[in-house]
Amino acid sequence: MAPGQISFMTNHGKAIPVLTIITILIAIWYACVVWMNAPFERDKAERISKPAPTLSQLIPATMAQERPVLPAPHQVVIEIWKTTGAMVQKGRPFSKRSLIYHSWVTLSATLLGFLIGTALGIMLAVGIVHNRAMDKSVMPWVITSQTIPILAIAPMIIVVLNAVGISGLLPKALISTYLSFFPVVVGMVKGLRSPDAAQLDLMHTYSASRAQTFWKLRWPASMPYLFTSLKIAIAISLVGAIVGELPTGAVAGLGARMLAGSYYGQTIQIWSALITASALAAVLVMIVGFAHTLVLKRMGEEPA
Amino acid sequence: MPDTVVSASNLSLTFETNDGPVHALKDVDLDVDRGDFVSFIGPSGCGKTTFLRVIADLEKPTGGEISVNGMTPQEARMKRAYGYVFQAASLLPWRTIEKNIAVPLEIMGLSRADQRKRIDDVLSLVDLANFGKKYPWQLSGGMQQRASIARALAFDADLLLMDEPFGALDEIVRDHLNEQLLKLWDATNKTICFVTHSIPEAVYLSTKIVVMSPRPGRVHDVIDSTLPRERPLDIRETPEFLEIAARVREGLRAGHSYDE
Repeated sequence: MAPGQISFMTNHGKAIPVLTIITILIAIWYACVVWMNAPFERDKAERISKPAPTLSQLIPATMAQERPVLPAPHQVVIEIWKTTGAMVQKGRPFSKRSLIYHSWVTLSATLLGFLIGTALGIMLAVGIVHNRAMDKSVMPWVITSQTIPILAIAPMIIVVLNAVGISGLLPKALISTYLSFFPVVVGMVKGLRSPDAAQLDLMHTYSASRAQTFWKLRWPASMPYLFTSLKIAIAISLVGAIVGELPTGAVAGLGARMLAGSYYGQTIQIWSALITASALAAVLVMIVGFAHTLVLKRMGEEPA
Repeated sequence: MPDTVVSASNLSLTFETNDGPVHALKDVDLDVDRGDFVSFIGPSGCGKTTFLRVIADLEKPTGGEISVNGMTPQEARMKRAYGYVFQAASLLPWRTIEKNIAVPLEIMGLSRADQRKRIDDVLSLVDLANFGKKYPWQLSGGMQQRASIARALAFDADLLLMDEPFGALDEIVRDHLNEQLLKLWDATNKTICFVTHSIPEAVYLSTKIVVMSPRPGRVHDVIDSTLPRERPLDIRETPEFLEIAARVREGLRAGHSYDE
């Protein structure tokens, strides 16, 4: 690779192992489809007094049910296509039936929550590192906040905010914030404290102010820690946004899609929302990872 | 300008630890004159680094008096009276060499043009003129240490405090840097306080050698060197050099209790 070029995909030689694992997983998935959906086919035959289906009849039947216990991978793929690519072809990418629309609803809450969470996390970390009282008092509360199940606290946040007239994007985003500020605080406290004693002593010998020490030493030193935390934070922000959609009867968003699917036994819809959500998370993590590489490269990091 | 740069009398520093008080320095009396190259030598725990850190206002003495350029260490630090070099180069990995040297200059609030001039001056002083745009990891250990010396020289303080600056380098690089440091001292007329473990290094560099002994840390002997200012590396084989080295060794042996 030419110097100065950013390596986006550094996983040369990983393709074959990764593909092998995916193939095995899909094979296991299909086997489970047959095994889990077969009882329904046998019952159906029994009800209309037909002989039990043979294996060659059973296998294709288990993969073509309308509301399977476990949908087959290709059913999920077709459903995702129908609600994304096909909608785009029809010129209605943001129709209420489109996963693109639902993804955007969830994504906007995710990004807003991620931004607030990151800002909050950084501010708390700066306070903890610079203020003895905060150092002693804040961290236990930060940790305690994460011991409360988010599923328990999410409905309360939504209901309370609704009562004071805040609804829509912000309550969901705040649930994302609640989850995502945590790794940022922990990572940034460690990062801002990462300069060694000699570097801090040097700043002291220059009679540097606290602000100068912060901007010239602590902040740049914390960058690798910040980005590692952000990768976790963006992924759990998405989880937070989805969780925020579940308890409130939200009508839009990937979480609402999963919930609606479970009300009506639309397993294919649940699975396609699920797969879309994890693909979205993967893309978000990759974007943060890309920013990580870019920033460290600009900071003159030694190539690995 | 006083002719005594550092003046300590009855200086003591006691650290309170869980195992009781540790007397890092006890009743140290010492004067460092302008233009001196003073080496501090002694076994671990003799307080040589602590003494340097007291001069630099990185530690507060618990007893006695010390003045730096006629001021308290804190006043001297505020006026940036000294440059400090640690054993590790402690360069910021995200800054190029010239940007590293610029750190103290930025903190002092110098203009870009002034920064540029000083950076160029000190880089050529330590023979790194073509390496300003490199990152620290692109330089060898010896070059990194030279860059850190350049950084300490950049704000043009009269006093240079060096805490085992070449301790982590191999012998050949060390010889080379010693020779360069002497030339630099000669060219800049600075006062240098230099902590070391090495007898040949101390004798080769210094106009004055302070032999210290541990527990409690105190000055055992102060040797004024009779060697000329001009010192080629092979001066280390002359009888005069060996005589001074022998006196240092004797001082170290007498001051060190081996029964611990």
